[in-house]
Amino acid sequence: MPDILNFRDRAPSEEASVSLDAFLDQSNANAVKIEPGEDARLLLPMLDRISLVEVSFPVFGDGRGYSAARILREAGYTGELRGSGEILVDQINFLRRCGFDSFAPQTPLSPAAVDRALSQFSEVYQATGDGRSPVWALRHG
Amino acid sequence: MYQYDKFDQQLVDERVAEFRDQVERRLSGELSEEHFRPLRLMNGLYLQLHAYMLRVAIPYGTLSGPQMRMLAHIARKYDRDYGHFTTRQNIQYNWIKLEETPDLLADLASVEMHAIQTSGNCIRNISSDQFAGVAADEVADPRPWAELLRQWSSFHPEFSFLPRKFKIAVIASEQDRAAMRLHDIGIQLVRNEAGELGAKFFVGGGMGRTPMIAPEIRDFVPADDLISYSEACMRVYNRYGRRDNKYKARIKILVHELGADEYRRQVEEEFAHIKTLNLDPPLAELERITALFGEPAYDTAAPDDIDLSHPGFTAWVKQNVSAHKQAGYAIVSISLKPVGGIPGDATSAQMDLMADLAERYSMDELRVTHSQNIVLPYVRKADLFDLWQQLDAAGLGSANIDLIGDIIACPGLDYCTLANARSIPLALKISEKFADPEKQRDLGELKLKISGCINACGHHHAGHIGILGVDRKGVENYQLLLGGSGAEDVSLGKITGPGFDEDGVVAALERVTDFYRKQRQDGERFLDTYRRLGMEPFKEVIYA
Repeated sequence: MPDILNFRDRAPSEEASVSLDAFLDQSNANAVKIEPGEDARLLLPMLDRISLVEVSFPVFGDGRGYSAARILREAGYTGELRGSGEILVDQINFLRRCGFDSFAPQTPLSPAAVDRALSQFSEVYQATGDGRSPVWALRHG
Repeated sequence: MYQYDKFDQQLVDERVAEFRDQVERRLSGELSEEHFRPLRLMNGLYLQLHAYMLRVAIPYGTLSGPQMRMLAHIARKYDRDYGHFTTRQNIQYNWIKLEETPDLLADLASVEMHAIQTSGNCIRNISSDQFAGVAADEVADPRPWAELLRQWSSFHPEFSFLPRKFKIAVIASEQDRAAMRLHDIGIQLVRNEAGELGAKFFVGGGMGRTPMIAPEIRDFVPADDLISYSEACMRVYNRYGRRDNKYKARIKILVHELGADEYRRQVEEEFAHIKTLNLDPPLAELERITALFGEPAYDTAAPDDIDLSHPGFTAWVKQNVSAHKQAGYAIVSISLKPVGGIPGDATSAQMDLMADLAERYSMDELRVTHSQNIVLPYVRKADLFDLWQQLDAAGLGSANIDLIGDIIACPGLDYCTLANARSIPLALKISEKFADPEKQRDLGELKLKISGCINACGHHHAGHIGILGVDRKGVENYQLLLGGSGAEDVSLGKITGPGFDEDGVVAALERVTDFYRKQRQDGERFLDTYRRLGMEPFKEVIYA
């Protein structure tokens, strides 16, 4: 397993995630991995027993995982949300804004580069539910 | 017009710093071209046949005199002294050096401009009506809504890796000057029965290899739902748009395959959820932006008549000057289509001159049109003659707006890696063939649009007459299309039949226009005659 880049205030889950089909079939699993074409909403009835959702990015240009992450956070999921696969430093900021709080990049990222990427932009234009106040909120206090 | 506040400026400055870092990593070899590609693309930087091409955003086609002067400066300092205005109201530079792009972007940022999201699979620059704010027939100025959408879509974390590029147009008139329904999302501002302003959404239009006219998805989205509703439209696309085939990845294919009703149902369901998340800015934000687009200080005593005693001036007024909502004022279109010139190109000197003229005669504001011309939106009628003389002296006086000489053409095989055929030499040949202004005026409104490949950047599907360049066994071949329109009477052109070589298509064009002249009835435009007669008789004369 690659090193986990962790933004949570507790250690990342060490549980091995199972596929969505396997997860929906077995009631004792609490770590699941979803692939780009899979519907994150299928997990919504079971969120309270999930401790890790791993969202797979086989290629960085397939952006379906961003929507999956937001859908889970919008539904109140507070467990670990891990992006795995082709996670590149220039996508980290967008991924964080969509609710990812840990990463398993297939190629390790330099911590300095990650810090730089996350501090590049001081403000954001849109609300995404990540707790940051968008520019319009700052303008109208 | 809109002015950046400290937040807007800061974000653009930070983007320049980010791109500078990315370019340094590319030049040092830390970033491979494969990984740099999506980053440079989101900054409008393409690797073309001969050099890097940079596309600079001109939000909703509006810019100030100082901004136009900066575009001239960039052409002079970083390129070969000219730029190319595009069908999405942007400008492109064709001879850019990668190592100079960070400085170029810093220069742009100094006048509140950028190249953010002018390419890549993200939401692109939002286009609009070039007559926004001054058109007599609009329900409101559409640009504040476009600006609200610009900010929402800039660095949008969920929608920066869409299946494909995404283009939005916002208009506010029944008359469509922006090809609104040929966009991924077309928005028309309308008033409801209570007199409130809202947005009619059309989703799933586009050109390219599978042209589609966007169906209406919602007849009225209130101002305070605009962002939520847009977000819902985008999320359904991001999740379900096809990613298995680049050529089927635009939203038009999704909407077409699902059907408009099913797409609408999914959007409404997503919207019902998203609306609960408080993502919409308060109406005060739209009001803040609207105030920045406020009415200029019109000279209410400006005389409302024009002395039409000079024939050259009169011809120009008739063709290039449009009605303004304010008495005593006119909207001037500057044609970037001189006979024998490359459509949409302007030299640094011409850009500087247009900036000077905007400062002197048009409240320091200009517009770029989707037909690759420039507009001065606030000209006193009393100043028209002086303005025309100065334009004419600089080669900018062509009186051919919406005539056959006002050709839209993509860069084609002279620059573009995607092209199959050259567009520019053909456009030049046609403009010379139809150079006689009398002949052009006699033909009347005739929108001719040329694309050098099936991707349709030259809007050939929407031309009254369209020309599509293809590669036929290694030889450039040009297909002719008739009957398209990007206006409120939107329609897609149909291919006449087998294609031609370059001279052959010019000859076919002459046969078509000659036939129209013989067949037209009172006041009919080419398009009207075609629609009345249908394709068959035109085919007969083309292939006789």
